[in-house]
Amino acid sequence: MAIQTELHQTLDKRAPISNDFAFSVATKNGSGSQTSNNVLVMSLFRMGIPVNGKNLFPSNIKGLPTWYTIRASKEGYTARKEITEVVVAYNNDTAPEDVMNLPPGGVCITTDKIARIIRQRDDISYYVIPVTKLMRQATVPSAFRKLVENMTYVGAVAQLFDIPLDLIYQVLLDNFKGREKPAKMNHDVIKLAYDWTAENIVKSDPYHFERMDGTQGKIMMTGNDAGALGAVFGGVNVVAWYPITPSTSFVDGIIGFRNLRQTEAGENTIAIVQAEDELAAAGIITGAGWAGARSLTSTSGPGISLMAEFAGLAYFAEIPTVFWNITRMGPSTGLPTRTSQGDLLFTHFLGHGDSRQICLLPGNLKEAFEFGWRSFDIAESLQTPVFVISDLDLGMNNWLSDPFDYPDEAINRGKRLDENALRAFIDDHGKWGRYMDVDGDGIPYRTVPGTAHPFAAYFARGTGHDEMATYSERSDDWIENMQRLRLKMDTARAMLPQPIIDDGREADIGIITFGTNDEAIREARDWLANEGIETNYLRVLALPLAPSVSDFIDAHKSIFVIENNFDGQLTQLIRLEHPENISHVRPLALGDGLPMTPSWIYQNLIEQEG
Amino acid sequence: MPPRVNQLGLKRTEYRGKPSTLCPGCGHDSISNQLISMAYELGLEQHNIIKVSGIGCSSKTPAYFLGGSHGFNALHGRMPSVVTGAMLANTDLACIAISGDGDTGSIGMGQFKHVIRRNVPFVYIIENNGVYGLTKGQFSATADEGQFLKYYGTNHMPPIDLALEAVIAGCTFVARSFSGDAKQVQALLQAAVRHPGTAVLDIISPCVTFNNAETSTKSYPYGKDNEIPLHEIQILAPDYVHAQDEITVEDYDEGDIIDVEMHDGSFIRLKKLENDHDPRNRRMAIDVLESSLREQIFSTGLIYYEEPRPTLAQTEELVETPLAQLRAKDMRPPKSALDGVMQRLMPS
Repeated sequence: MAIQTELHQTLDKRAPISNDFAFSVATKNGSGSQTSNNVLVMSLFRMGIPVNGKNLFPSNIKGLPTWYTIRASKEGYTARKEITEVVVAYNNDTAPEDVMNLPPGGVCITTDKIARIIRQRDDISYYVIPVTKLMRQATVPSAFRKLVENMTYVGAVAQLFDIPLDLIYQVLLDNFKGREKPAKMNHDVIKLAYDWTAENIVKSDPYHFERMDGTQGKIMMTGNDAGALGAVFGGVNVVAWYPITPSTSFVDGIIGFRNLRQTEAGENTIAIVQAEDELAAAGIITGAGWAGARSLTSTSGPGISLMAEFAGLAYFAEIPTVFWNITRMGPSTGLPTRTSQGDLLFTHFLGHGDSRQICLLPGNLKEAFEFGWRSFDIAESLQTPVFVISDLDLGMNNWLSDPFDYPDEAINRGKRLDENALRAFIDDHGKWGRYMDVDGDGIPYRTVPGTAHPFAAYFARGTGHDEMATYSERSDDWIENMQRLRLKMDTARAMLPQPIIDDGREADIGIITFGTNDEAIREARDWLANEGIETNYLRVLALPLAPSVSDFIDAHKSIFVIENNFDGQLTQLIRLEHPENISHVRPLALGDGLPMTPSWIYQNLIEQEG
Repeated sequence: MPPRVNQLGLKRTEYRGKPSTLCPGCGHDSISNQLISMAYELGLEQHNIIKVSGIGCSSKTPAYFLGGSHGFNALHGRMPSVVTGAMLANTDLACIAISGDGDTGSIGMGQFKHVIRRNVPFVYIIENNGVYGLTKGQFSATADEGQFLKYYGTNHMPPIDLALEAVIAGCTFVARSFSGDAKQVQALLQAAVRHPGTAVLDIISPCVTFNNAETSTKSYPYGKDNEIPLHEIQILAPDYVHAQDEITVEDYDEGDIIDVEMHDGSFIRLKKLENDHDPRNRRMAIDVLESSLREQIFSTGLIYYEEPRPTLAQTEELVETPLAQLRAKDMRPPKSALDGVMQRLMPS
């Protein structure tokens, strides 16, 4: 500790840095740190500071290392930072490395036990908390002792960086759904550490928080909850699923919001079935979609693999239903708790034979909510499955957002004929056949079981069929059907959410991306602009690609496709769909399991552009 | 003479489907015929019935009956999940589902067990012939141990008894029959369609092309010579008010009649034959299936029955209106509900 005192004199001369730094909290999985970290993030959110918390956690119940990064940014940047200025090193297994990762001038908050095993650096501040001693003073029942131990760093952080204790207590109360006993138990430990830090630690770093108005009127939520809420407002009727990280909390979200759709008598308008596997989950939603309900499943890569057979059937039999793929890192079991954009091609072409699936690609909370409801309208309008491809980063982490807009379009059931409409259809066209394309857009009219008309019934099948849905092995019937399905996909291009394009700058460089890289790209573009490198930007929101993607490619000398997968899958898709004049289209593909950072984009783009 | 019509004024021919493309004499066609008769006799409205199947010879048959009903020829072994979704979407529907021994006993074993566990109300017919027909004669999982087939030699693995699996899974209506026994199949179908729970009918239905030798327990000759019905079955409709009184006019002692009262007030009347099987006794049901399997006795009839537990839709506490028919206002909460959620997520 003697070293530290000398350090203080050199380190504390820097100008104060307020609301613009990042934390990394290193703990052991299952040690209760999730609550501690949530309390910190929500406290900063309530102080009005734009903040983002990202959980980089292991596939494990207890024991393996886990990191939680918290970034405060008065400018409102919420992408992950590669380097954090502060580390809470509470895991003895990773502490030596965690400390080495700090930048010069950084801060290490650690326990007295761990302090003994880490190498001293003379260019950072150390604050050592005597956790064992503090916990001995705490009046915590022994059963909870280990779980609240992590609250000691919350207390130290609150004292060192100026987070008001009363505000923390309010957050704790919310966290424990208003129950005072657990809130108080945790708060007592926080206060002990807070007071001890005030008395014993001399602050020697420039970082601190102060109240601002950067979050007024904003919300904080996970993407899975946002998508689930959207589905509830989209009229979902049947949910079938099988537990899998990182999609499980999506269905938890629907369970949580299910009451918004209950009748006054408390009856449900949403059935939620935990199936025996993903095969059955996909079968249940396909059956429900065929029978006229709005149905949904949520899964991740390994589940998508199993659902491939029903995806192909639903595509070919033209059954509306919605799949959410909260992507994690593959191939195979891969990295179950790490984020990825590696399922883009597999999902888009899911199913054997010539199948092509509609994909929606949300990049933030508002889009997760919007696609939550809109996916059903698209699925029913096009009579085909819709895949919403989110990822672990959006799905499981807390994001800052403006509040969601109420759906601006009425529920659209598409070309669905009831008894009267069927009668009128037959009057107009002489007959009705399930796969007749009378509008020339590739989209036929459908009936659902229970329609009281003698000609309403048809036989849905995955086998070859003619426009009357009758079994057919004739080549001409087959080709005609496939041509109509292709036409339907082309109709979809204009119906789907269109890319978000920012092309107002005088720029040779165009950036194309999809999904959650958006925040990191926004920040990287600002850095590049500061260096005099202007870029235009297009973010794809749906597959098949909209025509404007081609125009954007043609309008720039250099195109970088930024994506968080290893093979550059969106780049491959662009090459497939836009084969002419694409030598200037290059992938910037990462795929390291972590949310993308502005510094990676900045460095690699400059390097590639030369 | 005017053609006979049912209570809806429909002729039996109006319950037909497209012409069968199965081999002439296939047991499955007899079952399709009995399904047509059942729907006709009970005066069912075709638009309120769905027909769902998996993949295989048996699974083609929904095209051959009830042409006025929506049908779905789904995926191999996955019929139960499709039925689960459809029956949640619209609880007003009745469902007749067709599967085979490959479809249920091999690739679909998991879904078979789990749909029973969920108690989705539907008639689950297994057209069981012990052989894969569409792929030209491989053994299925219900084939007898030691059986010889020209294509594949001797089967060295023990059979899976699908009726027994159904009982073990908690099925509340389990029957076994023989497609050559039209009368029994008809009676069982009429009972099964009234059952508000999963009703499994394991019907031995000979494959005339690949597995009809006398030595096969799934053949016509074997079935005709060896079927031992557990009871004579009669279905008494709900309006049949004097079920108990009627007993005396028959030539049976009171102890030889079991009247199983069903959920809708109808009765399955079982007249005792040579044994004492009581289908309301689960232990007896397991015993009769076990000994039939061990001693190769072809016992048929209602094997097991119990008052069904709540259906999946009841467990889910769904509204009475079918989910597929809900109006827009019941599908989207008002703006105030969204604003309320947003408010709670804001900082102060």
